[in-house]
Amino acid sequence: MTALFVTVFTPLLGGLVLIGVQRLSWAGWINILVCSATFIGASTLAIAVARHGVLEGFSFRVDAFNVYLLVLTAFVGMTTSIFSRPYMRYVCDTGKTNERGMRLYHVMFQLFLFTMLLALSTDNLGILWVAIEGATLATVLLVSLYRTPEAIEAAWKYFILCGVGIALALFGTVLLYFAAQHVVTEPSAGLSWSTLHGVSTQLQPAIMSLAFVFLLIGYGTKVGLMPMHQWLPDAHSEGPTPMSAVLSGLLLNVALYAVVRIKMLVDGSLAASSSPHVAGYLLMGFGLVSFLVAGLFLHRQRDIKRMFSYSSIEHMGLMTFAFGLGGPLATFSALLHMLVHSLTKSAIFVTVGHATHISGTQAIDHIRGLIRTQPAVGWGLLIGVAAIAGFPPFGVFTSEFLLLTATMQTQPWFTVVLLLGLAVAFAGLFRHLHPMVYGPMPQGQQPVKANMLPVMVHLGLVLWLGIAIPGFLARWLDRATELISGVHLL
Amino acid sequence: MNASLWALTLLQVLLYAALAPLLVGWVRKIKALLQNRKGASVWQPYRDLYKLFGKEARMAHTASILFRAAPYIVFVATWLAASAIPLIAIPMPTSAIADVIVIAGLLALARFFLALAGMDVGTAFGGMGASREMFVSALAEPAMLMAVFTLAMTAHSTNLASVVEYQLVNDNILRPSYMFALAGLMLVAIAETGRIPADNPATHLELTMIHEAMILEYSGRHLALMEWAAQLKLLLYGVLLANVFFPWGIGQGTGFAAASIGLVVIVTKLALLGVALAVSETVLAKMRVFRVPAFLNLALLLALLGLLSHVILEVGA
Amino acid sequence: MSLDHLTLLQQFMVVLAAVVLFTSFVLLQQSRLVAAVHAFAWQGALVAMVTAIVAVAGDQLHLFFSAALTLGLKALLIPWMLHRLVRRLELDRHSETLRHPALVTMAALALVIFSYWAVAPIVQQELIFTRNIVAVSLAVVLIGLLMMVIRTQAVAQVLGFMSMENGLFLAAVSATGGMPLVVELGVAFDVLVAMVLFGVFFFQIRESIDSLDVDRMNRLTERVDEP
Repeated sequence: MTALFVTVFTPLLGGLVLIGVQRLSWAGWINILVCSATFIGASTLAIAVARHGVLEGFSFRVDAFNVYLLVLTAFVGMTTSIFSRPYMRYVCDTGKTNERGMRLYHVMFQLFLFTMLLALSTDNLGILWVAIEGATLATVLLVSLYRTPEAIEAAWKYFILCGVGIALALFGTVLLYFAAQHVVTEPSAGLSWSTLHGVSTQLQPAIMSLAFVFLLIGYGTKVGLMPMHQWLPDAHSEGPTPMSAVLSGLLLNVALYAVVRIKMLVDGSLAASSSPHVAGYLLMGFGLVSFLVAGLFLHRQRDIKRMFSYSSIEHMGLMTFAFGLGGPLATFSALLHMLVHSLTKSAIFVTVGHATHISGTQAIDHIRGLIRTQPAVGWGLLIGVAAIAGFPPFGVFTSEFLLLTATMQTQPWFTVVLLLGLAVAFAGLFRHLHPMVYGPMPQGQQPVKANMLPVMVHLGLVLWLGIAIPGFLARWLDRATELISGVHLL
Repeated sequence: MNASLWALTLLQVLLYAALAPLLVGWVRKIKALLQNRKGASVWQPYRDLYKLFGKEARMAHTASILFRAAPYIVFVATWLAASAIPLIAIPMPTSAIADVIVIAGLLALARFFLALAGMDVGTAFGGMGASREMFVSALAEPAMLMAVFTLAMTAHSTNLASVVEYQLVNDNILRPSYMFALAGLMLVAIAETGRIPADNPATHLELTMIHEAMILEYSGRHLALMEWAAQLKLLLYGVLLANVFFPWGIGQGTGFAAASIGLVVIVTKLALLGVALAVSETVLAKMRVFRVPAFLNLALLLALLGLLSHVILEVGA
Repeated sequence: MSLDHLTLLQQFMVVLAAVVLFTSFVLLQQSRLVAAVHAFAWQGALVAMVTAIVAVAGDQLHLFFSAALTLGLKALLIPWMLHRLVRRLELDRHSETLRHPALVTMAALALVIFSYWAVAPIVQQELIFTRNIVAVSLAVVLIGLLMMVIRTQAVAQVLGFMSMENGLFLAAVSATGGMPLVVELGVAFDVLVAMVLFGVFFFQIRESIDSLDVDRMNRLTERVDEP
């Protein structure tokens, strides 16, 4: 339990401390320190959970499903903080923001991590809502950090769209509580996920499906599912790069996590009704549309960060589809994909940060010859994109392969669609990537001081996961799979 | 027994015609007092009518038979519509025709001939008034029907006598739908009877007038009938609001006592309504003709909300 | 549960809920910002009154707390903040021309009907006397959403957002007799922080485009600019 408290509340404490820190150079280091402490806490927590199974109490609940996301969140937070220290110094030196902006950045970074960790570890669906809304509030000022008209527009769009989405999710939560009141006698337990999961077969199917629609639209906005995705490319492209890394790598995951938790309840409630798979079908539909359309949008992007945010939408769509498909294999692949996508995407955003630093612009047309200017960045981008596009032997390939196999077993026709979508996305990424990495180097382009360590660590992990998933991780994911789909895989 | 019922009915019909000028006089008096004027006596509308009936009726050369017949048709249709609404007691033979659709139909008939007569002579003002009148009524009529249907849905009948009876039996229930219907109907009444802010009955300001423009060519007994019909219409809407929404005190028996109590009560209610109308006309300013649709849209919205809140909030599945 | 089975106090609550719905329409149609802020404040006060009546009539005393919270936050604090912002941004005299007001009203009415249809499964549960209001609360939420879509003025959009939150408070009260305290506090905190951030954004937007008409923010689209 102590480990859990350390994990969740360290960032909050860190955020509060950082409010008072005046010296910029210290703030960057403190940021790293706090994130490292969080990561250590999360690792300890993971060991504890591995040893004792589920950890419950004080309306927190850590089980196999969220513990690995907690570790992932803490880890990506830590590596991003390592990257952001020099990067944000550079940003500050170019005059895009000032000391106040930097302080805001550090404080909000920690508060954002706090809300993410809280959302993941809480057992109360109401708190989950509060935390996810809190994540919007923490990041929205960061999106407009540079104060350009574009940044402010992006932030406003982000605020309004996510605000609307999250409001609908609250309505869904109210409906969920309403359904719970018929079954759970203790009113304060009515929003406890574990309690509801225990009695999910008794929940009213009609109300649960209604609640699911609202919650899916609400949290789906945060996931970046297709009709509600409008905020995502803007917020990613206009915000500071470390922010894009954590938004893509963490926030989307957490929102999807929320959707999956709710789906577990709805599936239980609908199991006996005439249409037991409605929730799954909805997820599959939204997921597939997002996956395909985002793949097409990749082709017409002019801004490098925008392009990778569409790639995020595409992958979130794929995971949503996989969770919707259900079954142990698809669930396992989705869980693995969450992991590898987070690692790869945050690595890519970090590399992109360096690439834009080198060329001084985010326009794809003006980023050229990275590999000649600075081989580390060029190779990093190349390998990162190869990984995210699903090349073997990277982890993304493994998870996508597993998903295709699962699709083949249950819905063979969708395999064709998926393959087509993957090919489209692949082509979209590489037609832009090739000139950026190999193209002729513009006159006077200088290498920059880049810390490629986080990128190498992330990509190394993804490679490791692709070649051989370590036993302990496989067991974790398997337990999570069992929790979600009810069946063991291994 | 039957004879006394019919006598009571006849009394009610005559009362409508007799009370109509009084209500107008009363509203004018109160308005004058609110504006710090002494104002004419409340009996002035009677004197006006008397004077007009005594005068020669002049007509334009281009006027057709329609122009000559219109005042009678308009007056009779309005009177008939009014007489159907329970005034002092409910159990009357006329209750059978006290259906909102009948009343709306009779009013539409009156309006149709009024507009035709306005256009008949071929003057610009008459045509303009007629077109505006139809424009306003096209918006007001659905709102009125919707508002009354809200009540009808509660009482399960479009017969006003049944609606009033239902209200009396199931009193002390607060109904949001009634509240909306009342507000909507009030707005419709204001627009339909040509009061401020939709129209101004007191002026002949050319650019804004609606009702006055149509009867500009009339004189003598024709004008008297037209004026009287307009006064009847005001009374009709007043009684509709007073008796349907606040039916308490209306005579439920056929006896003389019940009827006289009913008379006293309705006169009191109408007097209060007149005061309210006078106050609102003093406070509000006449709106531009092109704002009238927005005004009537509000009435329609209120009526629709009444209908919806009846379905959503009052029925329950 | 039809209306005549309710006590007078409960009937009064139903009437108030209907008025809440009406204020949503007023808010939707109001072109002057100050008046819209007032309408919003009234809506908050009405929601608080409904909550208080449910607390009395339903014997759920913990709802008094959430009534007080709603009153303080939605009827006093946030309207006050908005009022101050409107004055500091010199928008007191601002009035926005609404496009297609009749069409918008019809759309809002359609949303009310949709809400009724959507929450029908809840209404069929004989649980508490407030369940008829659930449709109204969903309608308030959706009309707030509609307002955010059709209004281009940033402050008006925020009013739509806040009115959505009013609908959610009403939903929590009417469907479930109030959420657990910790959740309610969390939601209120989030709303308050959101309001502060909205205030910050008003100034940022005005600094950036010299107006609060967010329709003028159109730099980020999926348009392909040929070089």
